[in-house]
Amino acid sequence: MSTVTLVHPSRSDAPATVRPASLRRTFRFELVKLVAQWRIRLMLLVCLIVPGAFVAAVGQQSSLPADTVFGRQMALTGWAGPLVILAFVGTWALPLLTSLVSGDVFAVEDRLGTWRHLVVAVRSTRRIFAAKALSSLIVVLAMVACLAISATVGGLLGIGSHPLVGLDGHTLGVGDAAGRVTIAWLCVAVATLAYAAIGLLGSVTLGRSPIGLLLPALVALLLQVLALLPLPAAVRMALPSNAFVAWRGLFTSPAQMGPIWAGLAVSVAWAVVATALAHHHFVRRDFTDLTNDGSARRIIVGGLVPLAGLTVVTAVVLGGATPADGSGVTRAKLQDSLSTTFSHLYVLQTDELQRPTVTEVTMRTRSSCDKGGPNDQDSGPGNDWRCIVSWHTPGTAFVGQATFQLDVTADGRYVADGDGPKEVNGSFQVHTVDGDTPNPLWQFDGLVDLLTK
Amino acid sequence: MGSRAVRVRGIRKDFGNVIALDGVDIDVDAGSVHGLVGPNGAGKTTLLGMLLGLSFPDSGELEILGRTVGRDLAVPDGVAGFVDGPGLYPALTARKNLRSLATLRGYAASSVEDALGQVGLLEVADDPVGGFSLGMRQRLGLAAALLGDPRLLVLDEPANGLDPAGKRQVHRVIGSLAEAGVAVIISSHRMDDLAALCSDVTLLSAGRVVFSGPLGKLAAESGDLDYRLVSSDGARAREVAARTSGISIVSGPGMTGGALASDAALVVRGSVPAMDELISRIVGTGLAVRELSPVTPPLEAAFLALTGNTADAADAADAADAADADIIDATGERMR
Repeated sequence: MSTVTLVHPSRSDAPATVRPASLRRTFRFELVKLVAQWRIRLMLLVCLIVPGAFVAAVGQQSSLPADTVFGRQMALTGWAGPLVILAFVGTWALPLLTSLVSGDVFAVEDRLGTWRHLVVAVRSTRRIFAAKALSSLIVVLAMVACLAISATVGGLLGIGSHPLVGLDGHTLGVGDAAGRVTIAWLCVAVATLAYAAIGLLGSVTLGRSPIGLLLPALVALLLQVLALLPLPAAVRMALPSNAFVAWRGLFTSPAQMGPIWAGLAVSVAWAVVATALAHHHFVRRDFTDLTNDGSARRIIVGGLVPLAGLTVVTAVVLGGATPADGSGVTRAKLQDSLSTTFSHLYVLQTDELQRPTVTEVTMRTRSSCDKGGPNDQDSGPGNDWRCIVSWHTPGTAFVGQATFQLDVTADGRYVADGDGPKEVNGSFQVHTVDGDTPNPLWQFDGLVDLLTK
Repeated sequence: MGSRAVRVRGIRKDFGNVIALDGVDIDVDAGSVHGLVGPNGAGKTTLLGMLLGLSFPDSGELEILGRTVGRDLAVPDGVAGFVDGPGLYPALTARKNLRSLATLRGYAASSVEDALGQVGLLEVADDPVGGFSLGMRQRLGLAAALLGDPRLLVLDEPANGLDPAGKRQVHRVIGSLAEAGVAVIISSHRMDDLAALCSDVTLLSAGRVVFSGPLGKLAAESGDLDYRLVSSDGARAREVAARTSGISIVSGPGMTGGALASDAALVVRGSVPAMDELISRIVGTGLAVRELSPVTPPLEAAFLALTGNTADAADAADAADAADADIIDATGERMR
């Protein structure tokens, strides 16, 4: 037992000052607490290791994740790996990660019973909120950075830095691919802010409830279900989930910037509104009654209803500001996209087979598409699109034709599956002087801009 | 005693239809240890929360360390303490908990080691707090409150979960703080702790102050007390007690229902002067008085008399006893 020695050198009878802890110190305090959690450390480690290992391993296999955009190219270039990971994490992993960080950053104080300690120590609920929001944001962004770096390093080390074929079939040089991959990840990082803010809102309004912790994941699940529906393009663009797929527009030429800007704007709007709502609820909390840490009514009336209102307003604005109508998938747009993509890939195939040089201009490619037969309307997503592509061979009167079955999803992505002739798109490999390589026209991805007329 | 550390005038706090505090007046001087007692729901936690800046009164005046507290949930520097147990982060070690707090508040790093030393936790300073026992957490919470050289210390049940040695150490720390001029406000259900530490006490009941003043004055409010008297001849002592004015026999030799009585012991009820008279008479008859102790401590008796809430008090005493029993079972051992 140690001896008690207390020294209080400068006691004053003067009125004490009120000095809340600075935001910088409060932020540091929150960051230390957050990073001290084994769960956060484990997640950072997983983000740093798993994507790279996955990309490197899958790139060595013959069976590739063809249902994921850029998945077919994972064995051809290391730049496809980070995009496959990006497509995957945007759908499932990021909402879960933000749940476990932002969705818990306030609730953890309820669980540990430390709110009173924190309020007494900081002496400003506004600074506590700001510090917690910032620290959780930093950790979430660190996880996104770890995912991106890991997947890129895994791809480049495992497969190598080679040109990437874009979603309109044009080939991106290594530098161009690297730049666009980086921008794509930055777009998703911004989009993640929306889920992070939803996490803050759930953590503040629902406290220890598991629903509060999982709110970003539940919202993401709901948005995924909505994304499967043939919603009008303006409504689809008004959902924060759009930003997690809009980056694909970077890989066409010219880039489809409309959905990207819309996605970023909606994400920022959701992040601002959800954070403001969380702040509103937090600074009004009664810290003497720690059992009253959340309620379903508070999240519904004070959280979800305003966000639903924001979605309606955004959809109306986007509907008025863009020429898109209906689902945004029309016959004309699909035909244009398919013709462009086919031309680029045909040129690529011609180069690989060392046939006489052709260019997209001389090919004068045209497509004719039909959805579901003569009785169905030729618009909207579906896997019953059938297209015939025609092109001219330079120096001859020959007009080539190839058939494709298209599976068009509601977000504008399509997979074209070659139906012949065999020498053009009927075989999954082509014979080159260097050996057999994947036939670029056998199956390929394309993208329709939903916001153009 | 020095200047006034806390001045409370007519504060009121409602939570919906529940009146937590109703016109409370309290004064706490620097260098004093002030006890806050009352049955469950009396408003103690609400008042402590206000002193720590967790809430503010709906009306009335609250002045802490010379500064009037407004409605912005910010108390002046120099106020420290905890309500409903200390707030600690289990993933951090004891030292990191205090260092983080010291950095947050801009306190000197050396204050961490000093505080750990004062509460006797230096040896386990690098262990995660998640493995600490209740008593160790209490001591670490006190160390956290000591970091900023406080002028007002607000402690809610500071001896909760402490073993006898830990309790003595905490009492020494609190006593030293008061000697150094710190105002200490302690809320506790442990009347023995309050009696050992406090110079003044405020008794709350249903949001109102039913007593506020020196401890000795409160003891006098209790009226007649029950005393257990052990003598060399219980039967004869009983006869003397029966003849003494102002004394009534609660139980004794030959009577039923007295668990505290035996052949040599009896339980009598009376005021302090009546008890003086009884002892004189017993000694005068040639009997030896071997033990005389109040069945219920004076502070507890006053508590019961003034609040009229015997059930709560008994519950509180039982809870405190149970907490002590837990600690004695695990003396000094950490719960893993």
